[in-house]
Amino acid sequence: MSFINYAAREINCKLVYYGPGLCGKTTNLQFIYTKVEPGTKGKLISLATETERTLFFDFLPLELGSIRGFKTRFHLYTVPGQVFYDASRKLILRGADGVIFVADSQVERMESNIESLENLEDNLAEQSMKLEAMPFILQYNKRDLPNAVPVEELQGALNPRNVPWFEACAATGVGVFETLKGAAKLVLNELKKKT
Amino acid sequence: MREPDLRLYEEDARRLTAVLQKLCEDAKSRAVFLIDKAGQLIASAGDTASVDTTSLASLTAGNIAATSGLAQLLGEKEFSVLFHEGEKDHLHISLVARRGILVVLFDARSSLGLVRLRVKRASEDIVQVFAEMAARAEREAGQGKTAFQTQFAEITDDDIDNLFKG
Repeated sequence: MSFINYAAREINCKLVYYGPGLCGKTTNLQFIYTKVEPGTKGKLISLATETERTLFFDFLPLELGSIRGFKTRFHLYTVPGQVFYDASRKLILRGADGVIFVADSQVERMESNIESLENLEDNLAEQSMKLEAMPFILQYNKRDLPNAVPVEELQGALNPRNVPWFEACAATGVGVFETLKGAAKLVLNELKKKT
Repeated sequence: MREPDLRLYEEDARRLTAVLQKLCEDAKSRAVFLIDKAGQLIASAGDTASVDTTSLASLTAGNIAATSGLAQLLGEKEFSVLFHEGEKDHLHISLVARRGILVVLFDARSSLGLVRLRVKRASEDIVQVFAEMAARAEREAGQGKTAFQTQFAEITDDDIDNLFKG
């Protein structure tokens, strides 16, 4: 649910990073936070456990610049990836304008990826929403690891509709901004379609 | 169901800010914020300069979302009021018209009773403004495009690409 503020000439959108535990959702936000100019970002809020596992969400507000006189603001959220935090994931998905699914490329995490993607579809369905009907992209993270499965295999398992996808290594920042840009583009195009 | 996009025009912003300013004075509070359930700040009044309003909006929306999850768990429709008591400052958080969250930040100069009383009155005014905004959105849906819609429909991929340059 985007929020168009004509009074302040602002467009506000919500992007959610989804994916299995330890796939690198928080790392994506941390990298963005360290790289963008101080004037264009707010605080990075992490509601995490003492062991730095996301407990509720991470939040990073980002100002991308102006389109035709309207400031575009993106609110980036991550969900907690661990299976038992499902109730929290549902809450964070509410009102999302777009979803980035961060998949862990490691062979032993394939099952978790598939499970998490199914969980995303179930949680959207509960809110009468469909993944096919919303801006959605994939990020294949941890491409630098030796046990990463080939992209073709990830595509076959996770991306039957062939939505936009990006290879990444969030820890070093490779592909992080490309992913964000890909998602922001889809969200803004969707907004354009709706108007 | 997916909620429709929220469109705030200058007239709405002016009216909502006026309601919040009155509430801020009447409740003798430090600051008042109106936030939507997705965590976006809609309007504010009072001493807002000392507060990171974007973070406040997001955390409050998360708080409300978690509380409504708890309510459902216990078979309640919702818990419509939250109160956080600090050493000096306190927060009164309440749901307004299903999609809005009204946050009042106050200290020892006011009291919970006074805040509750004034919030009740202000909520009625906000409900009224929201209802008119919803009615307008419905009217607009049946009409031609507004200036902004035309303007926005014309944006190109290049415009979007330009956002990421530099």
